[in-house]
Amino acid sequence: MRRLYAILIAAGFVYMMLSFLGVVPGYGNIDLCSRVSSSFLLKDVSEQNAKNWLMAKGLETKSIEKVYGEKNKEDGCANVVTSIVVNYRSFDTLGEVTVLFTAALGVGLILGGTRRKKYGLLPNFVFRESTRILVPLIILFGAYIFVHGHLTPGGGFPGGTIIAAAALLLYLADEEFFLSKVSTGALEGSMGGLYVIAGLLGLAIGGYFLYNFLPTGRVGNLISSGIVPIVYTFIGLKVGAELSGLITDLHSEEG
Amino acid sequence: MMTALVVLAGAIMTVAAVFAVEAKKILDSVIAMSVVSLVSVFLFIAMRAPDVAITEASVGAGLVTAVFLVALFRMKGGDEE
Repeated sequence: MRRLYAILIAAGFVYMMLSFLGVVPGYGNIDLCSRVSSSFLLKDVSEQNAKNWLMAKGLETKSIEKVYGEKNKEDGCANVVTSIVVNYRSFDTLGEVTVLFTAALGVGLILGGTRRKKYGLLPNFVFRESTRILVPLIILFGAYIFVHGHLTPGGGFPGGTIIAAAALLLYLADEEFFLSKVSTGALEGSMGGLYVIAGLLGLAIGGYFLYNFLPTGRVGNLISSGIVPIVYTFIGLKVGAELSGLITDLHSEEG
Repeated sequence: MMTALVVLAGAIMTVAAVFAVEAKKILDSVIAMSVVSLVSVFLFIAMRAPDVAITEASVGAGLVTAVFLVALFRMKGGDEE
């Protein structure tokens, strides 16, 4: 009876995954510029066409359509969520990073140690060897997620978490592996400091904290939207180092 | 079609959440919580919130489960009693 339930749940799960794949448009088929940019300019994320919406409102329709590569009037993120998180509400994000830092500090105070805790388990041979292939790919994927945070969904926090997952995989695969606290701490501290320095530069140049002082470029390019990708890189590296340090704390003991 | 999928996902989430509370072993609870996160990722994708889906997949389904499992290992054994 238990096996029947298990099979039923598994079948439902597989069916659901396959069906949700149909919801997502295929690779390359999505019309990103017409969907994102016009909605972004209108501050409207619903699916309707921007021109029709403006016509219905009886507003000016000239030069409202945005195309790829156009100089944009706003800060140039193709991803609306990123432009809110790292540009309009960047100070909130600084606070969020601080919250994460405080949490990691608490874990370090309670569980921290100087020696690797050993469980005496020898991991599977296949797992140990495949980890060496997988870890660079996982780190590359995490870096891709936060470098492209202003173009595609994703950003510093998930990218950093994926990098920390690579560190976790290394810890699980090798009983001897131990990340140096100095390296993660130095990376985390310098990245947090650079974030604040970027904010202070904005204060000096533009007049308010975390002002987007660089040229915003063209929508859809990798180097666009001013300091947003730079700040997201800082956040991604900081979160990655922070969570790797947290995992190190979990795997260490007092020596 | 879409509504049926969302209802199915919600049903799986509810069942997994109840199981997480009622399970005898903590290990089973952790896995059930991971299932809740995983199904909510699909819900977020269906609701066109890919940013939240990525964060939920990496944090909720990945790292939180791993941290719980490591904490269980540190407590030496998965059983409560």
